[in-house]
Amino acid sequence: MPSRLGWLLLALALAAGCSRPGDQANLPVPRKVVVGGATGQELAAEQILRKGNGTEPETLDPHRAEGVTASNVLRDLFEGLVTEAADGTLIPGAAASWTISDDGRVYTFRLQPNGRWSNGDPVVAEDFAFGLRRSADPATLSEYSAILYPIDNAEAVVNGQLPPEQLGVRAIDPRTLEIRLHSPTPYLLGLLTHSSTYAVHRPSVEKFGDKFARPGNLVSNGAYRLNAWKVQSHIQLVRNVHYRENDQTTINEVWYYPVENAESELNRYRANEFDMTETVPNRQIPWLKKNLPDELHIAPYLGSYVYGFNTSQPPFKDNVPLRKALAMALDRDILVGKITGAGEIAAYGWVPPVTGYKNQQPVWATWTQEERDAEARRLYAEAGYSAEKPLRVQLLHNTEINHRRLAVAMAAMWRDVLGVETEILNQEWQVFLQTRRTKIDTQVFRYGWVGDYNDPYTFAEILESKHGLNDMAYNNPRYDGLLLQASREADPAARMALLEEAERIMLDDMPVLPIYYYVSKQMVKPWVAGYASNIMDHHHTRHFRILKH
Amino acid sequence: MLRLFLRRLLESIPTLLILIAVTFFMMRMAPGGPFDSEKRLAPEVEANLRAAYHLDEPLYQQFGRYLWNLAQGDFGPSFQYRDRTVTELIASGFPVSLQLGGFAMLIAVFGGVALGSVAALRQNKPADYGTMAVAMTGISVPNFVLAPLLVLVFAVYLGWLPAGGLGEASLLDGGWKNLVLPVFTLALTQVAYIARLTRGSMIEVLRSNYIRTARAQGLPTRTILLRHALKPALIPVISYLGPATAGLITGSVVIETIFGLPGLGRYFVTGALNRDYTLVLGIVVFYGALIILFNFLVDLAYGWLDPRSRE
Repeated sequence: MPSRLGWLLLALALAAGCSRPGDQANLPVPRKVVVGGATGQELAAEQILRKGNGTEPETLDPHRAEGVTASNVLRDLFEGLVTEAADGTLIPGAAASWTISDDGRVYTFRLQPNGRWSNGDPVVAEDFAFGLRRSADPATLSEYSAILYPIDNAEAVVNGQLPPEQLGVRAIDPRTLEIRLHSPTPYLLGLLTHSSTYAVHRPSVEKFGDKFARPGNLVSNGAYRLNAWKVQSHIQLVRNVHYRENDQTTINEVWYYPVENAESELNRYRANEFDMTETVPNRQIPWLKKNLPDELHIAPYLGSYVYGFNTSQPPFKDNVPLRKALAMALDRDILVGKITGAGEIAAYGWVPPVTGYKNQQPVWATWTQEERDAEARRLYAEAGYSAEKPLRVQLLHNTEINHRRLAVAMAAMWRDVLGVETEILNQEWQVFLQTRRTKIDTQVFRYGWVGDYNDPYTFAEILESKHGLNDMAYNNPRYDGLLLQASREADPAARMALLEEAERIMLDDMPVLPIYYYVSKQMVKPWVAGYASNIMDHHHTRHFRILKH
Repeated sequence: MLRLFLRRLLESIPTLLILIAVTFFMMRMAPGGPFDSEKRLAPEVEANLRAAYHLDEPLYQQFGRYLWNLAQGDFGPSFQYRDRTVTELIASGFPVSLQLGGFAMLIAVFGGVALGSVAALRQNKPADYGTMAVAMTGISVPNFVLAPLLVLVFAVYLGWLPAGGLGEASLLDGGWKNLVLPVFTLALTQVAYIARLTRGSMIEVLRSNYIRTARAQGLPTRTILLRHALKPALIPVISYLGPATAGLITGSVVIETIFGLPGLGRYFVTGALNRDYTLVLGIVVFYGALIILFNFLVDLAYGWLDPRSRE
């Protein structure tokens, strides 16, 4: 008996040793599922949505949370003055309607008559005024308060020069809220979907202090309320029966599961433990495109993947020809087609496709790669480099396999086209951020940016000379001037034109090296109805239904 | 006995102090801080954040404050999970890690001793080669390779077991299913080590004179094995339990991440990456104390098994 067992174990061990771990290619394709019963729209008896949600949110306090995954949960818990339809269109949220003054500087919101907190209290204008003041108050320790700067006095409040009461918001009556801005901000309505502008329930904030956002304490005004949160295991939301459109909400419970590892997330999705994933591992995309094409959702996303040049240090200081040469020598079709492979869009500009903004590109974007390479060689020589005296450059990225692969490909292209000798360095995320910020120890470095709101300004402002995130140390007074002019412009079309001109000027200086525009990548089970891709990758569970399956 | 206990307790204090000091200063020396993010922090907010977590004080003062609070059982607030304390996080994560590690240890000891004994009794026969081949595979295949493979086969392909997470059900009510793959993966390496250790020492014991005497007296094999051979053969296994615990703890870091279990190992990894100074320190201190305690228990068990070591 033991000997037979021994052989069996040996055989199993050998079998295990022969397979390639993590390779999905040899497994059978899952069968097609029929959803929605006879009509195609029949609902499942159990209306529970389970979602993978990347890294664990650090808190569910809307004014202290930061990061994409906390926002995902907060969108279900809270409702801003303005909210989003499934396709991302802005629609009335806690505010039923609003008026904007002629100079674009005073917004008056009329709240919904039936807005309710999850404990049954009515949602009043003062809740929003209190929320905005709390969000701007430096004592709240919000890492996102800079987003409120368009509001009158916000910058002074955030920097402790004025008390929060001086913020330009006031409740005129329980259903009317006024927000005053220091300059016209056409993207304000989009900003009001962001968690740092949410109302909070004043009595529970005052009662529980720092701990008001924990299960049992948190009172919210969205379609769901927080029922349980076991750190690193799950966050469970249940229907808020007091929500103003509760009768139009179908799903009863939402479970968010933290999974940092995208491969693990995909496995749990394929084992039917999740209905949706937060992301998809790049290396599985070819397999998924072939075998689960209907469940893989890839869509343009409001983000830019670029490399920054440190324009305050040699060799890139005052050296536009060299920056341009490096930018032109990259074949982006190969980078996005063969290296990243998820359908990313090759980028030649900084601002991704934003609603109402004309995408900007340098002229060479329309050339063939041969033409670009030839011009790159000419510029490289103009900058004083040659085969005998090649450029030696350090390229820095944060440690991650996909960034690594891209960096290696870039270095190879630079070597082949120009003869550049590239040293590729990588650093762990927190170290990388610190190095980049010094603006001393860097030459070419990875820079990714995802917009906070659907407006070009969220990208444009970063290259403003005094901006805290301008790690390129880019400084062009004309660029700064156009941005300032745009922020004072009340006419939306004229403002867009100013921002477009600013980007054209910036691209001519090339402080950033555009590579691609991001895409959002998600797996969604066929029985999740009501899902729609959108540029912000924002999804509200109240728009979804679980079909019979 | 009491004297031994007190002596070990006193000895453990400087060990822990050194551990805390090294971890504390190494964490602070690592570049990048807990509030470095891609966002632009307003200077006032940053100053408030640093003051709230006492990061504006000189390092020695912070260290003193940490020790003082620790002496009162307070591990401090977590930097990462903004409205939780480290004590709460350890209290919620430790039961998960304990279940994982406890079951893995049980399987490692019982499975390893059983396999090792079988191999020793059937020395140089197919059963011996078979078990030792399994043991070698267990030692050589890293758990981060084995885990995704088992998930693919048993969760995605066969659908018998969950692919990750802890589930809501209690252990007996189906919750055990969530633990099968992680426990097995974690235990495998240790099963292998213990099987090899047991085999070696068992072969040695079986060749000794008193076993031959027992055989000559006509005692049944089972009695010889269980009553006379097993106890001395276990001595090397017992002394290996200290390192095994350490191995299980480090292994759990990987296993908890792959299987998405809310245990201390996963807190430790995310805490280190986010520069959650207090959380990382808390877990190091907690595990340090645990390993010291476990080594003490191993010494006690050693004395029980081997009368020669009691003095």
